[in-house]
Amino acid sequence: MRERMPGKMHQDETRCKAVILTTHFNGWHGIYFKLNSNNMPTKTKQKEKTKNIVALTGDQAASEAMRQIDPDVVAAYPITPQTEIVMNFSQFVDDGKVSTEMIHVESEHSAMSACVGSAVSGARTMTATSANGLALMWEIVYIAASTRLPIVMPVVNRALSAPINIHCDHSDSMGARDSGWIQIYCENAQEVYENVIVAVKVAEHKKILLPVMVCQDGFITSHGVEGIEIFPDDKVKKFIGEYKLEHTLIDVDNPVTYGPLDLQDFYFEHKRQQSEAMKNAITTIPEVLAEFNRTFGKSHDLIEEYRLNDAQIGIVALSSTVGTTKTVVDELRKEGLKVGLLKPRFFRPFPKERITKALAGLKAVAVLDRSESFSNEGGPLFTEIKAALYESAKRPLVTNYIYGLGGRDIFPEDIKKVYKDLEDIKKNGKVGSLVNYLGVRD
Amino acid sequence: MAKKGWKDIPIGGLIEEAGTAKEYKTGSWRTFRPVIDKAKCINCLQCWMHCPDSCIKVKDSKMEGFDYDYCKGCGICASVCPVKCIKMKPDVKQ
Amino acid sequence: MANIKELSKIPERLTSGHRLCSGCGASIAVRQVLMGTTSPVVTAAATGCLEVATTIYPYTAWAVPFIHNAFENVAATISGAETAYRALKKKGKITKDIKFVAFGGDGGTYDIGLQSLSGALERGHNFVYVCYDNEAYMNTGIQRSGATPTGASTTTAPAGKVSYGKPQIRKDLTAIVAAHHIPYAAQGCISHWNDLVTKSQKAFAIEGPAFLNVFSPCHRGWRYPQSDTIKIAKLAVETGFWPLIEFENGKWSFTYRPKERKPVVEFLKTQGRFKHLFKEENKPVLGRIQKDIDTHWNYLEKLTQATSA
Repeated sequence: MRERMPGKMHQDETRCKAVILTTHFNGWHGIYFKLNSNNMPTKTKQKEKTKNIVALTGDQAASEAMRQIDPDVVAAYPITPQTEIVMNFSQFVDDGKVSTEMIHVESEHSAMSACVGSAVSGARTMTATSANGLALMWEIVYIAASTRLPIVMPVVNRALSAPINIHCDHSDSMGARDSGWIQIYCENAQEVYENVIVAVKVAEHKKILLPVMVCQDGFITSHGVEGIEIFPDDKVKKFIGEYKLEHTLIDVDNPVTYGPLDLQDFYFEHKRQQSEAMKNAITTIPEVLAEFNRTFGKSHDLIEEYRLNDAQIGIVALSSTVGTTKTVVDELRKEGLKVGLLKPRFFRPFPKERITKALAGLKAVAVLDRSESFSNEGGPLFTEIKAALYESAKRPLVTNYIYGLGGRDIFPEDIKKVYKDLEDIKKNGKVGSLVNYLGVRD
Repeated sequence: MAKKGWKDIPIGGLIEEAGTAKEYKTGSWRTFRPVIDKAKCINCLQCWMHCPDSCIKVKDSKMEGFDYDYCKGCGICASVCPVKCIKMKPDVKQ
Repeated sequence: MANIKELSKIPERLTSGHRLCSGCGASIAVRQVLMGTTSPVVTAAATGCLEVATTIYPYTAWAVPFIHNAFENVAATISGAETAYRALKKKGKITKDIKFVAFGGDGGTYDIGLQSLSGALERGHNFVYVCYDNEAYMNTGIQRSGATPTGASTTTAPAGKVSYGKPQIRKDLTAIVAAHHIPYAAQGCISHWNDLVTKSQKAFAIEGPAFLNVFSPCHRGWRYPQSDTIKIAKLAVETGFWPLIEFENGKWSFTYRPKERKPVVEFLKTQGRFKHLFKEENKPVLGRIQKDIDTHWNYLEKLTQATSA
């Protein structure tokens, strides 16, 4: 058993020493405790103003959101570390807790293929995958986006082979960054739960109609237990609304053709439409998030800034590493260092304006990438942020750290080293090494 | 005719209407055209059953003729006709 | 038994104006198979000749709902559509009774789509899968497939100075499908329309997966005059090259037996793809092909006897 879950270090709810009851919640045999609005432990009989907090892993959080969404069809294939999502959801199906028709496909390629067949038929459709599974479904990942099908897919980030490795890095979903899917990266299991719900609404928005990947860090988030605030079923149901596709494949009275051969004279126009959908997404997602925030009392945004206002140096990171970094920021702030952190929640569409604005006031920025692009110019998050900054009148010096490949832990000491390097860059006014490898043995 | 731009076509490659291929006349492919001797025809509909292009017009279970808009002139109808009442003749283009 | 005059009243599901080659066997197969039901149908096709030639944007030759997804996944795609249909029907969002049918060529079925097909059969979706078998990858230019018969010259297993074409035998896909113990599987041929339409009627009527392997000659790939498509299909049946068999609820049976099986050379000699086999040095291959056909026929005879009780 791992002693520490770096991504779990900044969980205000889980810091509470709650009165823990073992109970049975929607099929979870787990730990169940309730907190009042001040996040203080309380007895469960006090119904008013209590949040429904349940101890769940990231995988369980994803499947719990799926239970509440109650999609018409789920087609999925198990792969570590996503397996628990498929297992949990199958249990919901077999216990009659959802009305979903589940397709236990024989591969991820067929999972996404069946999702395409289902989504064009007007069914709200979901799947989930990881790493090699995502790689196997690659061909159809593009087809789902290009056919403009609002499929939602939790992705439990895991390193791609070879050598085979079951632990976290972002090489799987980062490879799919140009597939036309919206990508959300989650800091913790609470965000996984919330983002899966958000994803349905985003994907099905008339101005968007694109599939969404909801990414969480394999094992770190997917298998770490957190206290998750679960919203009431009816509230979730009301928020996501009904899925209504205008032209469905199974409308036999109005026959349509999906997936034609599209040659030189129209293919480009269809791609142009896809670009437009992603442009619409960057302006429409904040509206969906505002509605989510109003409904559930949250504060989701395209990005999250952490103590960045007066910061001089900053880190940009995705997913669970953000939690670790927040702790380090707090520590360094106590020492008087003006450090901050930027967490893009959405990577597709790329929130360029927000990112460049958030970083404009900084002297030096380090971008942490949990995947390699092998371009020799840094990881995917870095190159995109660097490109975005090119058009900024005020832009910081930037450097890149590739870290955590194949599940290599990132420690507060590693993050501190990055901030120390940034201090040097700030002082010297230049970047020594553009692409650095953090936590690898020489 | 000007082709529609990206703002004016359905998304996702969807074709909203059924059977639009009818607008595409494949009859121009033809070099031989089938010609029927109605006097000999027994209306067995073998030609209809085996036409790859659905070009045999049938009305009230009777062979009515060919749809030259689409007939590609393969000659299968003539080949399967049990009474040999269909002949393939060089197609004279207008 | 199907009545041709009655069948002619069923509206065409595949319209004219598609761009399959003149004399193509695939569209004949599609038309005959779709005569097997009067219910509303949702169709799907794997990437291949049928798909590209019938749906060149903005044109579609499908008068019924149609989806193409990719090459190897038509069975999975139709699984998704059929499941969505069940899900929405359960919720009262759709009320009609709909049939689902997937078409794939031999490349998309024998080879790259076999896993997807196997999965869909094992899961028991209510659909008909139709392989229009023209014995090679025709869409990409006549490359060998798992369905290409021994001795055929293709662009990737061409007859050459040291080769007589494809040395291997074609795989017995119908038997592989039957090994999933689905309710119905059959081999049909476009020259025997009554047999095929009857099989299609059974396939559509049955609850659960059904499979039709339909022999569909390709004059470009097989190199024969385009008017001979049906003639050659018929020879395949008469020589035992393509036996008309069915597997129904665990029992194998012949649905048609030639009075006397003609020698396979009668079939082979009609096509350019086998022309080289008639050279002196390749004569033993002709003998081998005949022997393989005889052996398989005897095997089928035993199979029908063994499962008839």
